[in-house]
Amino acid sequence: MKQWEVVIGIETHAQLATQSKIFSGSSTAFGAEPNVQASAVDIALPGVLPVLNKAAVECAIRFGLAVGATVAQKSVFARKNYFYPDLPKGYQISQFELPVVVGGQLVIQVGQGDKAVEKTVNLTRAHLEEDAGKSLHEDFQGKTGIDLNRAGTPLLEIVTEPDMRSSAEAVAYAKALHALVRWIGICDGNMQEGSFRCDANVSVRPVGQKEFGTRREIKNLNSFRFMQQAIDYEVQWQIATIEDGGRIEQATVLFDPASGETRAMRSKEDAHDYRYFPDPDLLPLIIDQDWIERSRAAMPELPVAKRDRFVTDYALSAYDAAALTASLDFADYYETAVAAAGKASAKPCANWVTVDLAARLNKEDREISESPVSATQLGGLVARIADNTISNNIAKKIFEALWNGEGRSADEIIEKQGLKQITDSGAIETMIDEVLTANPAMVAEFKAGKEKAFNALVGQAMKAAKGKANPQQVNDLLRKKLGE
Amino acid sequence: MITRNLSALAQALAGKEISSVELTQLYLDRIARLNPQLNAFITVDAEKSLAQARAADQRLAAGKGCPLTGIPFAQKDIFCAKGWRTTCGSKMLGNFTSPYDATVIAKFDAAGAVNIGKTNMDEFAMGSSNESSFFGPVKNPWDISRVPGGSSGGSAAAVAALLAPAATGTDTGGSIRQPAALCNLTGLKPTYGVVSRYGMIAFASSLDQAGPMARSAEDCALMLNAMAGFDERDSTSLDRPTEDYCAELRTDVGNKPLAGLKIGLPREFFGEGCTPEVMQLVEAALAEYRKLGAETVDISLPNMKLSVPAYYVIAPAEASSNLSRFDGVRYGYRAPNYSDLNDMYSKSRAQGFGAEVKRRILIGAYVLSHGYYDAYYLQAQRIRRLIANDFVAAFKQCDVIMGPTSPSTAFKLGEKAADPVQMYLSDIYTIAVNLAGLPGMSIPCGLAQGLPAGLQLIGDYFDEARLLNVAHRYQQVTGWHLQHPAELA
Repeated sequence: MKQWEVVIGIETHAQLATQSKIFSGSSTAFGAEPNVQASAVDIALPGVLPVLNKAAVECAIRFGLAVGATVAQKSVFARKNYFYPDLPKGYQISQFELPVVVGGQLVIQVGQGDKAVEKTVNLTRAHLEEDAGKSLHEDFQGKTGIDLNRAGTPLLEIVTEPDMRSSAEAVAYAKALHALVRWIGICDGNMQEGSFRCDANVSVRPVGQKEFGTRREIKNLNSFRFMQQAIDYEVQWQIATIEDGGRIEQATVLFDPASGETRAMRSKEDAHDYRYFPDPDLLPLIIDQDWIERSRAAMPELPVAKRDRFVTDYALSAYDAAALTASLDFADYYETAVAAAGKASAKPCANWVTVDLAARLNKEDREISESPVSATQLGGLVARIADNTISNNIAKKIFEALWNGEGRSADEIIEKQGLKQITDSGAIETMIDEVLTANPAMVAEFKAGKEKAFNALVGQAMKAAKGKANPQQVNDLLRKKLGE
Repeated sequence: MITRNLSALAQALAGKEISSVELTQLYLDRIARLNPQLNAFITVDAEKSLAQARAADQRLAAGKGCPLTGIPFAQKDIFCAKGWRTTCGSKMLGNFTSPYDATVIAKFDAAGAVNIGKTNMDEFAMGSSNESSFFGPVKNPWDISRVPGGSSGGSAAAVAALLAPAATGTDTGGSIRQPAALCNLTGLKPTYGVVSRYGMIAFASSLDQAGPMARSAEDCALMLNAMAGFDERDSTSLDRPTEDYCAELRTDVGNKPLAGLKIGLPREFFGEGCTPEVMQLVEAALAEYRKLGAETVDISLPNMKLSVPAYYVIAPAEASSNLSRFDGVRYGYRAPNYSDLNDMYSKSRAQGFGAEVKRRILIGAYVLSHGYYDAYYLQAQRIRRLIANDFVAAFKQCDVIMGPTSPSTAFKLGEKAADPVQMYLSDIYTIAVNLAGLPGMSIPCGLAQGLPAGLQLIGDYFDEARLLNVAHRYQQVTGWHLQHPAELA
């Protein structure tokens, strides 16, 4: 049986997080009543003209810088002509021959944990364009309603080279891109609301063949899970079709989540001729070096740079560093916590953030920005573990107390609830002596060689100390006494 | 009163010789009486006009008037005016009432001017005879069996017949200058970007420019003062310091006011193609200019002959896209019966647009289509650059360029209607100016068999003030611009 190689390229429409539309002053807020956010320009009244929103350009520049692309000094808006009821002008203003962002790369992690492999996905381009409105087919028996609130919403269309070789790589790319656009603040990434939607161009070829197979484009994948399912189905369908002696025809397909299948929407034959030409209503977009430098200065540290710095500065594992740089909020939280705990506690802080805090957030389905325990509070807590004021076990209780708002800081809770660890060896010794006297049988068992009895004695001593004795000290002193 | 120029009308209003309401009523009465013969107006709304006139009278009484306050102007029906039906000469927009004002309209409003009505025009400004209007052809007041020119034919006929003191026009390939020439008016197409295009229904975005049509250069200068200026709603409008276009006209410069002025005469304007009677009048005007101190130099615009073919690729290409919004979905004409979405589109557009508009949409879609784009659209853009370069070279040798505006005087209604190419050639002298984005004027230079002919003046970029001055000095020593057609019965 032949071995097949999968080839995938992805086009993503990221809705830019601007206050107003790309060519008009209307609001871009989601969820308003139909057509209340549609101005004369958005509904394309006769005579109206587009005016470019600089904030959308700023987003494109940030993206270009974030992926190491060339931000074009001159790019051109073009009209893509086609008729559709929710496309008010009869053309979409997009960029065609000269896009604003050219090239660039995105480093992705494929796989989980230690098995994760890094891969670089090359970007072809990213261009600015306007979104169309929505056709509403429900509620209008036999008619179609048009909502133009979304018409003119700024989009950045990000196009990759056909660099991905599996659905897992495609999803890893989409996730990395999703994280990046949120990281640099150009897109809210809300996939349910359509702020981030992907099209996947999928083809297969026999392993070793140079030429690409014929591709089919899966449109509008609005969740990572659907992307995986759709590509897997499509790949298996293409292979089966070819192996059955069929040929793949270039087509646009839709994924039906209910059936898990892809189905052709239109073939190449009825592909539109969009009659692109430069929009005479808009001047070429000129971005000078000053503008680029101003944007660069305003950029946050990027995920990969931050990850590498975490490894160097905080002596974290690559895995921890990657987990902590999954989002800018996460990374900021971590660094604030470390600042409060002290750099020596960088590793325990990483554990607390990626394990305890992450689990707790997950359980309540909260974002880190909504964490009841602030980064400073968590750092303060870790600092008390580091200086032996409390044990890890007590710390978990205090974390829970902080989560529930029972105190303003770990110190306050330690004070109020008397949780300070007993480190006075005199006091611990006295307690141990009492435990030994009260449990002669256990002592005898230990002396007879039963190591288990030692653990039982430690347990008794900790119980006597109400958990507050330093466990290491209890261990050491107990062994010393029993060895006497 | 009706033959006075704008300054004299302003004086009469300021001196309470007449009120704006009276003046407006005077013109409304003339329109009511004479428009049925001329068909110069598509929409007249006396109540709206008089309301503006009353407001103007209050403003004048309060001493807050400015040069245009209280004066009625006819507005080409290509400008969206809030609350006014705005048709662009098309059945497609026969039922469209604009909910907003074009910048040009807003500027006239701000100046306190009165909108006396919306003038007839070739459908979507596509035409040179005003015969493509859905609302019927406009007649030339000099001879009602003849066309007034186009596409601003309604504006030209209205001003020539004294139905309005002055009017706005728009010029994509000659649509201000050619009807001005055929109706004995002074018309100015400014440099591309001087007047905002916001709210002016687009024909060919990279060529369209609005300008004044009036009975003298002085009047045009006053109007341009009100119309010009940067508009943040038009990305192609130019952010330049404001100019007083009247300033140069007011200076006293003795009997050789144009001494030192070099007038370039392109050999391409003085060869074949122009009727002898028009050429004679142009030559006479040039002789007059020499008397005023100007010197004429022979120049060449070698790529002129390519301007008509390049224009008839670029303009339809842009138009085919600009007119896509007229789809029957949100406003405008929708066919009464259709079976599905595509049927609604095709029927609405087939029934809503006239033949010339459909012809140009088809040409435009064709030249932009895959496989033809490079050969037509890109090639035309290259030619456009060559033509612009010709003018740059020419203006190193001269200050203004002159020649005929139109190859002939007004032709008969129907004479060229069946032959689009003949019609397109009416604009052979004007089109290159739009392709280059330069300012151009037409001024009356005499009558041939009772029909007016126009002299075209072309200036370098932003030389509107100079053009107006050069026109004004000629009008100070000649009387052609003051000629009126005989009053219609």
